[in-house]
Amino acid sequence: MEAILTAAKLSLWVSLSATLLIALVGIVLAYFLARRNFPGKHLLDVLISIPLVLPPTVVGYTLVLLLGREGWIGAPLYRLTGWSFVFTWQGAALAAFVVALPLMVRVSRAAIEAVDQDLIHASTVLGKSEWETVLKVILPLARGGIMAGILLAFARALGEFGATLMIAGNIPGKTSTLPLSIYSAFQSGDDALAQTLAILLTIISGTVIYLAGKWSSSRWI
Amino acid sequence: MDIALSVCFRKAFASGFSMDVSWQAGSEIVVLFGPSGAGKSLTFQTIAGLVKPDEGHIQLGDRVFHDTGAGIDLPPQSREIGYLFQHHALFPHMTTRENVRYGHPQPHSSEAAIECAAMLARFHLEGLEQRRPGALSGGQRQRVALARALMRKPRVLLLDEPLSAVDLAVRRSIRSELKALQRTLGIPMVIITHDLGEALALADRLVIYDHGRVLQAGTPEAVLQNPQNDLITAWVGHTPLQGERIFSF
Repeated sequence: MEAILTAAKLSLWVSLSATLLIALVGIVLAYFLARRNFPGKHLLDVLISIPLVLPPTVVGYTLVLLLGREGWIGAPLYRLTGWSFVFTWQGAALAAFVVALPLMVRVSRAAIEAVDQDLIHASTVLGKSEWETVLKVILPLARGGIMAGILLAFARALGEFGATLMIAGNIPGKTSTLPLSIYSAFQSGDDALAQTLAILLTIISGTVIYLAGKWSSSRWI
Repeated sequence: MDIALSVCFRKAFASGFSMDVSWQAGSEIVVLFGPSGAGKSLTFQTIAGLVKPDEGHIQLGDRVFHDTGAGIDLPPQSREIGYLFQHHALFPHMTTRENVRYGHPQPHSSEAAIECAAMLARFHLEGLEQRRPGALSGGQRQRVALARALMRKPRVLLLDEPLSAVDLAVRRSIRSELKALQRTLGIPMVIITHDLGEALALADRLVIYDHGRVLQAGTPEAVLQNPQNDLITAWVGHTPLQGERIFSF
């Protein structure tokens, strides 16, 4: 029972941290991709989206190359602070962030692009700055898609396995999230634990997907 | 005529459509008349600063909105324009009151509340304050859009097909309301229509558009009596009854 609780709490903590970061970064990225033209826009789109199609192990390996103790960013970080993402819950959250971010960006970008151009023009002609128009018109009208994107990203973060294993390892109580605990329980022959964890994860993920569907279909009438 | 609004610009669009228009107006009702796709709405967007011309000069009173040669291009936010979009462009997540107040430079100020209440009364919108646009009729939505546009205290009103979304019975009263409104405000009111009957009923000045060009501009009488183009002759030769459309689209 304690193993279940520990894994569930860690999973929620890691996924919520990743989702919070995804919500903040994702809205900004989705807005710029939806409404602005700038050099390198297509490259940025590819970079954000590529974790959707790459095996998570490749994403994890790339993160280790970048952020490991010997990594391009990780080495100077380790020299300066004595701390590294490797084998930490922050590493697990970062893996979840990279893998789940494209879901949030794609869904909320589509919602922002769907806001009627006339409404944006109306706000502009009424003298409102771009910032005011974003806060008062675009984000409220795209909120269904944005919420759906955040929930989908949370569900994906919760189910993250491969990239997490590569950068954060599988340390019980520290980085062993629900998917990793299921793998460990199965490997050690503890089928009862594996099944319980699998059912728990399925229920949580199913609920989140259901809520995402409800949010994305909400409209202003 | 004292020139209040002067519009002269050229613009080539990526689609291949190009515009080259020039007309002037006083503080009166100007009707832009022509078929769909003639460039009337694009003219509005250019006046409002939503579309940037390749070359031109747009001036309202003593304020230059755009002058390519002098490098002047005021942002849409500082042009003080009242723009009524074809489908009203009311914010669907805001109530009638919130929509109207949004037009004020400081929507949350007490001045905005007072002016909003006066505007709601002026446009007979009392009792509809808490409704969202989805729960309003076409005529009501139009009055909300007009009230919102006037909250900004505009120096010119651009109305894109204000009569298309209302039924024939309401059109006549809206026409006289628009005329009265223009007289009260004393600012140029530019109206788009592709209905000649409506154009003649409303216009102090008629500007006839086709394929991104101005075919003729003048008072309705002058245009009717001395059409300067075969196409115009063909159109006005058959002056339709009010409300009848002369284009088949």
